[in-house]
Amino acid sequence: MAEGLSATLRQSAPVKLDCSLACAAGELLALVGPSGSGKTTVLRCIAGLQRPAQGRIACGGEVWFERGLFMPAQRRRVGMVFQEYSLLPHLSAEDNVALALWHLPRLEQRRSARQWLARAHLEGLEQRRPGQLSGGQQQRVALARALARAIRGDGQASGVLLLDEPFAALDQATRRKLQQELAKLRRELPIPIVLVTHDLDEARLLADRMVLLHHGQSLQQGAPEEVLSRPADARIARLVGHTNLFEGEVIGEAGQAALLWQGRRLKLGQAPRYRPGTRVRWLVAPEGVLLLRRDWQPRESDENPLAAVVEDAISLGAFTQVGLRLEDSALPLSFSLPNHVARRHEIAPGAAVRVSLLADAIHLMPWSESGG
Amino acid sequence: MDWSALGLSLKLAAWTTLLLLPLAVLLARPLAWSRFAGKGLLEALVALPLVLPPTVLGFYLLYALGGNSWLGHGYAALTGRTLVFSFDGLLVASLIFNLPFALQPIQRGFDAIPRAAREAAWTCGLSPWRTLWRVELPLAWPGLLSAIVLTFAHTLGEFGVVLMVGGNISSETRTVAIAIYDRVQALDQEGAASMSALLVAISFAAIASLNLLTRRIGRRDG
Repeated sequence: MAEGLSATLRQSAPVKLDCSLACAAGELLALVGPSGSGKTTVLRCIAGLQRPAQGRIACGGEVWFERGLFMPAQRRRVGMVFQEYSLLPHLSAEDNVALALWHLPRLEQRRSARQWLARAHLEGLEQRRPGQLSGGQQQRVALARALARAIRGDGQASGVLLLDEPFAALDQATRRKLQQELAKLRRELPIPIVLVTHDLDEARLLADRMVLLHHGQSLQQGAPEEVLSRPADARIARLVGHTNLFEGEVIGEAGQAALLWQGRRLKLGQAPRYRPGTRVRWLVAPEGVLLLRRDWQPRESDENPLAAVVEDAISLGAFTQVGLRLEDSALPLSFSLPNHVARRHEIAPGAAVRVSLLADAIHLMPWSESGG
Repeated sequence: MDWSALGLSLKLAAWTTLLLLPLAVLLARPLAWSRFAGKGLLEALVALPLVLPPTVLGFYLLYALGGNSWLGHGYAALTGRTLVFSFDGLLVASLIFNLPFALQPIQRGFDAIPRAAREAAWTCGLSPWRTLWRVELPLAWPGLLSAIVLTFAHTLGEFGVVLMVGGNISSETRTVAIAIYDRVQALDQEGAASMSALLVAISFAAIASLNLLTRRIGRRDG
């Protein structure tokens, strides 16, 4: 991890921070959390625009911050894309990028700036001022400027790339396009990249790993799939958008552990980490809820079949969001279906349906009083 | 036409503008960007010349710069010249009564620079000094331009303070505004009229060109 970025930040005011993260060279780490969770503050601390009360920040084997040491932003090799891009309105696209190359001779600045702009697909727009560029083009200039700063001319790994909600101000079509471009471009970048976002889909699309931040605290780190489908506790589960949250008790018979829930026995995909008799909280991801055929007959091989009544069905684009109420417990359960499936099964409020909870999609979490 | 009075007015205006500009930039940045105890009081103090009668300001300056004051005394000991009734003293007075005219537009200019623009420069590795030249001054340029024109034009037209501190000494402290007063007192309507017309023309040209330039900058950054 000598070439990567590592940061531990602690303070109680003005924004509470209790966070630690690491990002290896070539890795993209997403800093995810609701607004006000301290994501931007963490990023600004890494950039040197803000000084945390305590902690340590190191990058590429160089210490940027620790007790008694605060390296100013100018001396950290940080390429930063700001939320509103912060392009300088009086400079052309080329001069904005050249600003990050100020230490080079003038001719070298121009040559290098043009190269970075070309890599960001901005050929021909070098002399435009930010006011004459679209939002997406401005974002590309900002990215080119950040890369010019973070990556040395010889292509050697050196700094870190920080992206503060870089797609938030774009319309959806442009956002998708630029996200895909970044996904492609980042594979050629030999430096750590930290992306701040509140969008879980964006994290899933772009990040190798993510850190979930809440009230300045890093709650869980891991691959996005892992954090999103296997949250460490019920609070995290709620933060990442799970609604199918329940409580139950682990029961075990001869190595065949199962979950006791509302008087019924649910199969589990793998042996739980909890001993029989332990109370747990658990979730089932929406994609782990299957709608069973209407002419369904009970079979031994079925996974956790349940009877329910449709409470609401809302079509969102190609999918229908279905809210169920379980027949015997009156607990809510939600999942989504392709529109044509919903139509074929005549999913409408009041309809009786049967669903199956896939054993693999059931995830157990430690017991907590509040449930998050 | 009193050409020496016009020359003196232009010289005073040029020196005032030249010296006041860096001072105002230095003062305007913390006033625009920092919060500190006593900021409101400092702003009020700096704005005082806007509202005080020039005679009141001139009266205090006469005392502050006079031979009995430490400032006047020290200056005389250092240079062998007095501050009152001299061009030097006129310049000091001019710097003080023009401070709000230079400071306020510049402060508004810096106020309008988003913090993120400066932060972008810092993360690009620009030192505070380089950031001042490459980012802050170009972005605050309309404010600087207003300050230059207002200071220059206002110095040309100042009467009360100049009369109090400088008196009316030909080629030393007699500015155009005072020369006009002299002409009127001497019932020389024609002399007064030509000098007044010239002052109107210069002031109008200055402000008109300021508006023109400001509009051009607005288009550039738009």
